[in-house]
Amino acid sequence: MDAGALMVILKNSLMAMVPIVLTSVGAAWSERAGVVSIGYEGILLASAFFGAIFAEITGHASIGLLGGLFVGALFGMLHGFLTVYLKGDHVIPGIGINLLAAGLVPFGIIAYWGTAGQHQLPFTLWHLKTRYGEFSPMILVTIAISIITWWVLFRTPLGLRVRAVGENPEAADALGINVEKYRFWSTVYGHALAGLGGAYMSVDWLGMVHKTMSGGRGFIALANMVFSNWNPLVSLIGGWLFGFFDALATWLAPKHLVPEQFIYMLPYIMTIIIVAGIIGKARPPKWSGKPYKRE
Amino acid sequence: MKSSKGQKVSEVLSKINVKAFVESVLAILIGFLIGAIILLAFGYDPVDAYVALFKGGLASTDNIAVTLHYSTPLMLTALTFAIGARTGIFNIGAESSFYFGAIAAIAFTNIWGNLWFGLLMGMVLGALWALPAALLKVYRGVHEVISTIMLNWIGWYFVLWLIVGPYANPKNPIKTIKVPPSARLPLIGNTVLSWGFIIAVIASVSIYFILWHTTLGFSMRASGYNEKAARYGGINPKMAVLWSFLIGGMMSGLGGAMKIMGDYPGYAISQGGANIYGFGFDGIGVSLVGRNHPLGIILSAIFFGMLKAGTSSMQQTGVPLEIVRVIQGVIIITVAIPSLYDLIKKALGRGAA
Repeated sequence: MDAGALMVILKNSLMAMVPIVLTSVGAAWSERAGVVSIGYEGILLASAFFGAIFAEITGHASIGLLGGLFVGALFGMLHGFLTVYLKGDHVIPGIGINLLAAGLVPFGIIAYWGTAGQHQLPFTLWHLKTRYGEFSPMILVTIAISIITWWVLFRTPLGLRVRAVGENPEAADALGINVEKYRFWSTVYGHALAGLGGAYMSVDWLGMVHKTMSGGRGFIALANMVFSNWNPLVSLIGGWLFGFFDALATWLAPKHLVPEQFIYMLPYIMTIIIVAGIIGKARPPKWSGKPYKRE
Repeated sequence: MKSSKGQKVSEVLSKINVKAFVESVLAILIGFLIGAIILLAFGYDPVDAYVALFKGGLASTDNIAVTLHYSTPLMLTALTFAIGARTGIFNIGAESSFYFGAIAAIAFTNIWGNLWFGLLMGMVLGALWALPAALLKVYRGVHEVISTIMLNWIGWYFVLWLIVGPYANPKNPIKTIKVPPSARLPLIGNTVLSWGFIIAVIASVSIYFILWHTTLGFSMRASGYNEKAARYGGINPKMAVLWSFLIGGMMSGLGGAMKIMGDYPGYAISQGGANIYGFGFDGIGVSLVGRNHPLGIILSAIFFGMLKAGTSSMQQTGVPLEIVRVIQGVIIITVAIPSLYDLIKKALGRGAA
């Protein structure tokens, strides 16, 4: 492996980290507030699709990103309503959202563009072109969002209240914090970030919509969230690590050293190994996944 | 005292959970309603589409046979999820255990062309593939949703490699080698339906019996309902989780094996795994609509089998078949609404007043 190839892999790992980091950061915030969701996989896929539509209608890739953010927020409202206000199960809606997206996106690709399975976008977001390839400004945005989210969550009164409703909602309630309101909007924020990550995949990174383009990233992001101990700043590093395996697999696959199927397994095997190795120390927020009912 | 027969009937009736049944039917209706709205939004005719869908699933004996044929694997993958849910875990791993059951049917019946040997090895491989997630959960505390999803992807690529590599058919590049005739599931009458359907129903009843009428089943349900209380009662929740994964993996493995061994007329896995993909994911919906109850799953699997059987005739009206998956997704989200029955009752009461 020469230096040029290494640079390309490193560059690709930065591009690949964006959806995983954004989703992990959003999921970490949402779980810190006590709401678990496994629907991020479906949200990545759905917002990749809707983000592309927003971008094509307006002619601006950046509007596509905002559209993805908006679609993610809508799903977050649905999940928040079911789990926070109706006190429903936290996992089942996510299963439904994932299935819904897995059907809606291939259906929509045929119904909207008339092509089966995938659609190529005519344009993508502006990229910085270097000799090692193109860099998206979204890399910087992702880093900024991680740092700001971490800072708000751990250094401001708002973040303290969010963590309080996830850690000890009874005490938070006694202090006059509106537990349901904080949980609901935390869920919306978490899902909106995943939506941004999904739209990034279509209108920025890959320049296309494909019916299986989320490729397990929603779940890899959840694994990364656990790995990073629900800390957005560590999620950034973990997400880059997962992006690196993604980029490495893409680089290795056409070389036919071993059958390509084994190369494609790499990110998923690494995810299991990393989560299995780390999880003894990780501790989820105490009331995560449990509905809070006032006595 | 009245006759014991009458008493028994009322006892059975009282066991049927009317509320759960109504909620599942409501969820299905809402799923179809939102599906219709989406069809309208994209310029399709929902009435035509749904009529074709139901006709395709029910119009003739042959169509009903196809419906039951499709319900067979769904019943078994749904059992995997239900056994997990009753033990308090979200086992999403049915999908990849199903792949391994299918590949086991190909691999082992070509060593010894015996029907029961093929089914048994399907169950063994399905259970073995579920084991890593069980061990990671019990010994490392890894959440089963993450581990089973990752295992699904790893299993998918591994089986894809087996399909194009060791088990590719040299005479027919788009398929694997076939299950030998001696190990194929016999067909019922002149239809595509095999005895696999009967085996799946027997499996559902057996799982019901295990969960509700054995000590093992009791300890599984107890640790799922309240782990702490179960431990006080002398139950080892770790063993319950382990058994839940193993029995669950067995069911999906059996489903995968029967899918291929009863797959008239091909009896092989298609290239790219097209005819073994998606049954585990659909099984989750089947289980949730069947209220994670083995007997409810029999009904719900037949319903979802009908949806699958009807898609090809619906596609002829020009509607993309994926709309069925959209409907399934909406059904699951609706099932997740707690006490839907009470909510609707309250809303109706308010409307009447």
